[in-house]
Formats: sequence, C-alpha cells, structure tokens
Amino acid sequence: MNSPELAQKKLVEVISRYDKPTVLGKIMFIFFFLVLLFAIYAFITQTIKGQIVTGMRDYVVWGIYDVNFIFFIGISYAGAMISGILHLLHVEWRKPIIRIAEMITVISVIIGPVFILVEMGRLDRIFNIFTHGRIQSPILWDVVAILTYLSCSILFLYLALIRDYALLRDNTVLKISKFRRYFYKKLAATYIDLPQQKKFLNRALTIMSALIIPLAVLVHSVLAWIFGMTIRPGWHSTIFAPYFVVAAVFSGTAVLIIAMWFFRKFYHLEEYILEKHFKYIGTILLVLAALYGYFTFSEYLTVWYGSETWELEVVYKLFDFSAYGAWFYLAAFVGVLVPMIFTGLPFLRNINTITIGSVVAVICMWIKRYLIIVPTLETPLLPLQDIRPEYAHYTASWVEWTLTAGGIATFCMFFMIFIKFMPIIPVADIAEVSEKKEFISEKL
Amino acid sequence: MPKKNKKDPSRRDFLIKGLNIAAGTLLGGGILASCTKEPEPQGTGEKIKVLTADGQLMEVDRGHALCCNAPTSKEVRKGISGRHFVMVIDLSRCRNARACVNACNKMHFLQPGHEWIKVFLMQDSDDTSPYWMPKPCFHCDAPPCVNVCPVGASFKREDGVVLIDNMRCIGCKFCMAACPYSSRVFNWESPPVKVSAKFSPETGVPQRKGTVGKCDFCPDSFANGILPDCVTACPNGVYFFGDKNEDVVTNGQESVRFSELVKDKAAYRYMEELGTRPNVYYLPPVDRRFPVQEGFEDIPENVKKGYEVKRAHLKKFKF
Repeated sequence: MNSPELAQKKLVEVISRYDKPTVLGKIMFIFFFLVLLFAIYAFITQTIKGQIVTGMRDYVVWGIYDVNFIFFIGISYAGAMISGILHLLHVEWRKPIIRIAEMITVISVIIGPVFILVEMGRLDRIFNIFTHGRIQSPILWDVVAILTYLSCSILFLYLALIRDYALLRDNTVLKISKFRRYFYKKLAATYIDLPQQKKFLNRALTIMSALIIPLAVLVHSVLAWIFGMTIRPGWHSTIFAPYFVVAAVFSGTAVLIIAMWFFRKFYHLEEYILEKHFKYIGTILLVLAALYGYFTFSEYLTVWYGSETWELEVVYKLFDFSAYGAWFYLAAFVGVLVPMIFTGLPFLRNINTITIGSVVAVICMWIKRYLIIVPTLETPLLPLQDIRPEYAHYTASWVEWTLTAGGIATFCMFFMIFIKFMPIIPVADIAEVSEKKEFISEKL
Repeated sequence: MPKKNKKDPSRRDFLIKGLNIAAGTLLGGGILASCTKEPEPQGTGEKIKVLTADGQLMEVDRGHALCCNAPTSKEVRKGISGRHFVMVIDLSRCRNARACVNACNKMHFLQPGHEWIKVFLMQDSDDTSPYWMPKPCFHCDAPPCVNVCPVGASFKREDGVVLIDNMRCIGCKFCMAACPYSSRVFNWESPPVKVSAKFSPETGVPQRKGTVGKCDFCPDSFANGILPDCVTACPNGVYFFGDKNEDVVTNGQESVRFSELVKDKAAYRYMEELGTRPNVYYLPPVDRRFPVQEGFEDIPENVKKGYEVKRAHLKKFKF
C-alpha cells in the first residue's frame, strides 16, 4: 500500500473514533460555557466595583490570580519541553502524544496571561506598557517573553499540523463541510508531500523545537525573577528561576498525562495512546518530581539554617500547622512522593495510578505556588500595625474563585474546540511509522 | 504570458495592502497616543500682559498664562534642580498623637485605612523598651519601586522625591510588592470623597480607583515655601524637613543644621542594610519625652484595634 492511501485510511479511522458528538460531550461543553459566563460576570463585577471585591488588600497585593498565572504558564511546558526535547532526540514513540502536548502549550499560554490582565487595577491603560514601557522592569521582560513564546508555540503546533491539513484537504471519505474544506485548504498551504517540501518542513520543525526549549526556560525564569528581584523574604533567592522552571516542567508533564488519560478514555484512542506512553512519560515525571523535591529541600534548608529574621518568619509560617503547615507538607511531601511512588514502583505502575499520581502532582503544584506568593506578602518587614486588622490575612473571594474556575473551564473548552479543527493524533506521522514497520516486516 | 501578468497585480496588491496595514497601525497608534495625552488648556480669548524673564512685556491668552504657573508634567517629573529634600524624625519626641496622620489624610483626601503615614509601636528586641515610630515614604535614592514600574508611573525626581503619576499607573501593584517598607497603598475602590481638582503627581489628589498612592513629601507645598502638613501639624516637633544641599532642616519652630543634627544625635536610616538609601533619617529614641503608654490614651477605638494585629506566634523549629 502506498503512503497517501494508508495515511488517508488512518485519518478516517482516527477521526471517526471521536468525531460524533456524544451527549456527555455536549453536556460538558455547555457546563464549561456556563462556568465561563459566570466568570465573565465576576469579572464585570470586579471592573465596576474595583478590586475591593477580591481578597487582595494592601499587604497581600497579589492573590490567586497570580497563582493561576504561574500555574498555567507552568503547564504550558508540556508541549515545549516534552514535545520539543523528544523531537530533537528523534524519539519515535512520541508521535501519538505530541499533538496533545502542543495543544496544552498553546491553550495555557493563551489563558495564563489573562489572569495577569484581570489582576491589573487599570486594564483600560494596558497600552501604556507599549507607549510608556520601561525595559528596566521585569514585567516588560515578561511581556516580551510571553508574546514571543506564544507566537512560537502556535507556529510549532501549526507546522506539525500542515501535513495533517493536507490529508484533510485531499480526503474524500469524510464528510467535511465547505467552510471547513476551505479552511483546511488555506491552512495546508499547498503542501503536497513533495520530498523537498517534506525536507523543509522537517527542518523548520527541528529549528522550532530547538527554539522553543530555551524560550520556555526563559519565560518561566523571567516569571520567577518578578519575585526574585524584590527584596522580600521567601522570594529573594538566586535559585528561584531554575526552581520555577523545574516546577513548571513537572506540572506540565503531569497535566500531559492527565490529558492523555482523558483523550484515551473519552475519545477512544486506546490503540494509539498506549500503556507504554504512560510509563515512559511517567518515568520523566519521576525524574522531575525528584528534581523538584531536591530544589524544594535545598531552598528551605538553606533559608531555615541561615535563620535570618524575616526569612525565618516565612519559613516558620510554612512549617507551623497553625499557619500554612498542613498545606506546605501536602505540597512539599505528598505532591512529590505520591507521583514518585506511583510512577516508580513497577507493581503499582499502570495507566490509572500514574494518572492519579499526576492529579496529585498538579493540585500540589497549584498549592505550592500559593505558598510562594501569599505567605511572603503576609510577612512585611515592618510590623503589621496601624492597619485594618482584615488587611493582615488573605482569603480569596468568590470573584477570584469564579475566575479561576472560568480559567480551567476555558482550558477544557478550548481543547474541545481545537479538536474539531485539528486531528488529535498526528495522522501523517503515524502513518509513516506504521509504513516503516510494514516495510521491515515484509523484509523479514 | 498570462501567468506572469497575473503575478504582478497580486504583488502590487500585496504592497498596497501592506501599506494600508502600516498606515492603519500608525493611525491607531496616533489615536491611542492622543487618548493618553493630557488635554491642552483652551484659550479664553481674553489677553493679559506678562513680563518675560528677559524683561519684555508680552500679551498672552489668560488660559495659557494660568497653565504656565502650574508646573508642566515635564517639570513635575524633573523636580526642582539643585535641591535634595530630606526628613529627620526625632523618635524621642513622638507619642503617637496622630496629628501628622490626620493632617495628611485631610490634605490628600485619604480614606481611613489608606493612611500614607503609619505610626508603628516598635520594639527592637525583647530586652529593649518600645517606642513610637512614624513612617512616611522614605523617598529612597535607590528606590526598588521605581525600578520595577513597567510604565514609569513611579518616578524619581532630581530633588530626591519619588512620586506616582496615577494617570499613567496601570495598577499592576509590582511596586507595592517591591517596596520593602510597605509604604504604598492601593485604591481598591473608587475613593468615596470626590475631589474636582485636576490631578498632579505633586499633590497626589484626587486618588483614582485601581491605582497606587503613597506619601509624596508634598512637593506642591515646598515649591511655594510651605512645609508639608505632617511637619506643621505635629504638636511635638517630631518631623524636621529641609534641603540636604542647603544643610538646613526645620520642624516649624526650630531650624537646625542637618549635618550637625544627624551627627550629634547619631541618626540612622531604617534598614540601611537593604541598600535602598532612604532620605528619611531617624534620631534614636533616647531621653524620651513621653512614656510609650501615653500613645494609646486618646486614639479612637478602631485605630487601637490596628495595634492588636499580632504577628502569629509561630512554633520555633530548632535543632
């Protein structure tokens, strides 16, 4: 069988697995949409009344908006690091999962910065960043880094999609509406699988994957520097940038595993996303969990042993059960050890346990980001005096929680929409792999 | 050659489209810029005679003349050349009378809980005795808040004053996180008191929802030779304000040489080790005029509550 026919067959086979909308899918979509609407209502409330409706006050000036921002930028590492590195290393088994990873990247890099916009007091003056921008400010670094990262990750996703769009354009079996066919034709960009086109496309993908790795590292480093550049206890640390990067890859990998589980289950991709994928990515998760645990240990041991007054106060807040102790132990021990046990011990290791480990990791990483931001802001260098008592402690309000839920709902909703326009499995690549296999087996 | 002919118009098309897009971008930028620009004062049609600096008599529009009395936004950002404003706070005289706080609130139309001056009850260690410490903005010479501002809404002037342009502030609150002294307050909602004055960073009035405010050293007052309100309001002469270059500071009743005062009384700057180089000096609380307890006597109940916020008693994790 020659390759275009095989690829077309594969395409039809993959798309027909999940193309029919299910009742559950529709209900979920409507649910996510309602959550998003509610979040928009919360945002309008905040815009009209001011940020008084949030839990943020003069000491804790950043709340869970910032936590969500770091969290979403963190999980964007799935595509950048996993897909980028595996591409550069020419790992063949990566192919069924890279599309999911790259989608996670694009979607989370779109959603993450929205939380920073929501956190700003005067969103109407956002253009001042461009008209009056000062490059001395880490926020400007962040704007530049994230915009570059976003455009590069969209390009990376698109380049990998071109061959699939070409297949969709040429397909005669699937029912494709006129509008969609036009859309596919434009996006396929005259690709007809000429050897030269293929060569160029591969080269472009290699360049992009080499580019996206340092970019991703830079984005999260800049994010860490926003905190690291201030002279505040708990933030002013030289390892903050690598610590954030490792935490981001860790959470990104965990989200990738969860997404793989969902697609396998609800989009019936059991034959493509195999147990071995979970085990391989699980091993990566294991290494990252260990690395992240090491960074956490190193950071807090140094600060605690050094016993500087203010640093110590933050550390005690994290260690003491009357303050953030329970959350800290959950994030620092459970969040590291549970994923390690589930991915590390062979007799415990299967698709479901690895996914549970990843869920624990993702939740704990969110909590950890909270513990990085809030306790430090609750520990000013001057006494907490001559203030309104309610300013001393931060509790997120319903507006903040609603917007957080809105972010997660939009994340899932974007996935459902994206899948309508791009095959979840890179069919052209997969067909190539199976063709090679057939060729080998024929020879044998 | 029909194919080639077809190619050319498309290229021209592309060029025209590109130019259109570029023009559109420029236009959009222009509109944006005009939105951010402050409106020019309108001419009133009435002419008045003014004397220029080189002794010539000129006739100008009244509207424009008024504009020239108030400093332009460029002058506000530059400050008064050759000056270096400093403040010395004598801790031995403070008894938390809160006249400075109230005067400042009144002058800047601040709502309660948004004070620009805070008075702390400090105790450096368990064995030393407590004392009252008023804290305005320190107007640091190496201000972390100015460094991190993404739009230059916080700026440092030549005369040492750090100000906020709340017409430019985007409300990212990075400056609040960066200030190690927590000197900045945020307008979480629209200020309840409406002030009709035109905003100037020098007066800090009116406050705006979603922007940052802080003590501004009252540069509009000292431009006219008037001391800041906190200095004149203090019944005990705690605050000394003046010019470091002129080497004079005054609390309204007595004027002293700045260099001698800080040397004789062993002045210090709060948390010198942070490297922010504040322009506010403290005279140590020795030979205090009032017992500390007096500070609690005649303050309202809600203010008293502000001193009951305790840092959490945390367990000590030791070897």
